[in-house]
Amino acid sequence: MDALIAPLLNGSAQGALLLLAALGLSLTFGQMGVINMAHGEFLMIGAFAAYLVQQVVTASNLSIPVALPVAFVVAGLFGLLLEVTIIRWMYRRPLDTLLVTVGVGLILQQAALQIFPSQGVPVEKPGWLDGQLTVLGYNWPLRQLFTILLATACVAALSAWLKYTSFGRRIRATVHNRDLAETTGISTRSIDRLTFFVGSGLAGVAGVTASLIGGTNSQMGAQYIIPAFLVVAAGGIGQLRGTVIAAWAVGVALSFFAYWTTGSLAQVLAFILVIVFLQLRPQGLFTVRTRSLA
Amino acid sequence: MTKLKPWISLSGIGVFAVLLLAVAPLVLTDHWLNNLGKYCCWAIAAVGIGLAWGRGGMLVMGQGVFFALGAYAMAMHLTLETAGDRVPGFMVLYDPLAPLPVFWEPFRSAGFTLLAIVLLPVIVAGVLGYALFKRRVKGAYFAILTQALAVALATLISSTIRETGGDTGLSDFKYFFGFVLNDPANKLLVYLIAAALLIVCLLAVWQFYRSRFGELLVATRDAEERVRFLGYDPANVKLVAFVVSALMASIGGAMFVPIVGIITPAEIGAAASILMIAGVALGGRASLFGPALGAMAVGWGQSSLGSTWPDGWTYILGLLFIVVILFLPNGLSSLPARFAALRRRSPAEQPAPALAGAELEEVRS
Repeated sequence: MDALIAPLLNGSAQGALLLLAALGLSLTFGQMGVINMAHGEFLMIGAFAAYLVQQVVTASNLSIPVALPVAFVVAGLFGLLLEVTIIRWMYRRPLDTLLVTVGVGLILQQAALQIFPSQGVPVEKPGWLDGQLTVLGYNWPLRQLFTILLATACVAALSAWLKYTSFGRRIRATVHNRDLAETTGISTRSIDRLTFFVGSGLAGVAGVTASLIGGTNSQMGAQYIIPAFLVVAAGGIGQLRGTVIAAWAVGVALSFFAYWTTGSLAQVLAFILVIVFLQLRPQGLFTVRTRSLA
Repeated sequence: MTKLKPWISLSGIGVFAVLLLAVAPLVLTDHWLNNLGKYCCWAIAAVGIGLAWGRGGMLVMGQGVFFALGAYAMAMHLTLETAGDRVPGFMVLYDPLAPLPVFWEPFRSAGFTLLAIVLLPVIVAGVLGYALFKRRVKGAYFAILTQALAVALATLISSTIRETGGDTGLSDFKYFFGFVLNDPANKLLVYLIAAALLIVCLLAVWQFYRSRFGELLVATRDAEERVRFLGYDPANVKLVAFVVSALMASIGGAMFVPIVGIITPAEIGAAASILMIAGVALGGRASLFGPALGAMAVGWGQSSLGSTWPDGWTYILGLLFIVVILFLPNGLSSLPARFAALRRRSPAEQPAPALAGAELEEVRS
């Protein structure tokens, strides 16, 4: 049993982190058809924000709770800046946004490399994350439980926001039919900006979590962007529940593959898994029914 | 986009051939000739990307995979040639009695190696392309999936130190199919082969573009549904372009090894694959010469600026992406047409972003 439980919990935590990274990507991709390759760098910005907060808020018990909203806002502002300066000119050229944001990502990475030490910076883990919780005879590392809880909270908040607020309703309307939404008086421009802010902000939150688990350096964004995108693709565009299930599945699969083989082979296997899955369901787990041809 | 008359393009290739094959060896120092050979290898891969992306609308962000197939096949053969009957040095570093891994064995044969350089990318691209295109996976999905493959392959190679040399890669080749690699005359020969292969690839693509297939490929890019309604299977059209582009990347990779003398995972991963895209975008993705010239320009920037001022080079590369894609979606090759349009004082013919409508549909669907 142990051989099953440990990778399962590990994988769930890994999936939760992936989910946090994919959540914002799924939002901006689903809503605007913009593939933001700098999303990983926004995650990195969140992690560095956590480090900077830690320099000011020295009580390590408090630094992470403070860092989460700060990282959300800082990464969100970077996203907003990107949207206002570049993305908005390119809404009709999705593949080109992908390339432009690759360029933005390169610049952000290089900037981080020059501002912060190249070997990365330490983000201190608060004491209350160090312990373990023993339930049913198993030790559950608190750090992993925290990641899972945080991801759950973010999904709950995001789905409530989308479902019950007027902003959320307008966003969903824009996703379903942009032209019609525009006709009914929704300013899709400001909806786009808001979506980009929230989507990028979520990457910042993911970055804080990532900084607690792995290193905080200029390369960290690059390692999340592709798994996050695979999660979005497997889950179906703009489908929150699809993203959740896909993230968990990819996380658990990665963890099991890594348990049986090696970490790098696990990546290859997970990649093959997603390809095979897209054979079965090219549109992802869940799709919006449309009458479009393609 | 300017439609050059076929004979103008052909004579352009001719001039290019004379410059590369006759003038360059006379004018350039050995060092720069070797560099030029390296750029030629990237240009070969870029010509393929131009075919798949510029003409076919398939953004391949993981061309490093196919570059790697050719490069590692060649490198394995050269390593074995250098090692002779013994097991290559890096393998016995950890375990002096280590046997040669099974998959290395066939690469002793020169014929098998050459065949592998051609067949491996065709098989891999064929299977991957068939799986993706038949299920109508396209646009951004296709782009990211190919990049994921490049990342996965680079990670895999990095982690298998004993079988592939890991991060250090394969290097120290002494022979090239029997020729001593250090001999300047043989170095010139290797350069000439690379340059000639680039010319052959340009000719192949030139012929492709004129053919019925070329028309079909562009039609598929711009209006895939209509092509389907006309009775063609767009998946097959894309598959051919993707496979040819993979083959060119593999050839570029194979020539890269004897010229540069080393192949590492860093040359094939996400960053390297994106560098190839940068050149194509700069030169003009849909034009004949754009991809090759762009790749050479980026290669030159990489080796001159990148070595003296690596930080600045990364910023320049990032800005290049942003500025070119934002303002010049068809690359530098579209500049003459734009200037001509300005001079005629006619309302500037916006070289419309070739892929606009169709792409949006892809992402939304």
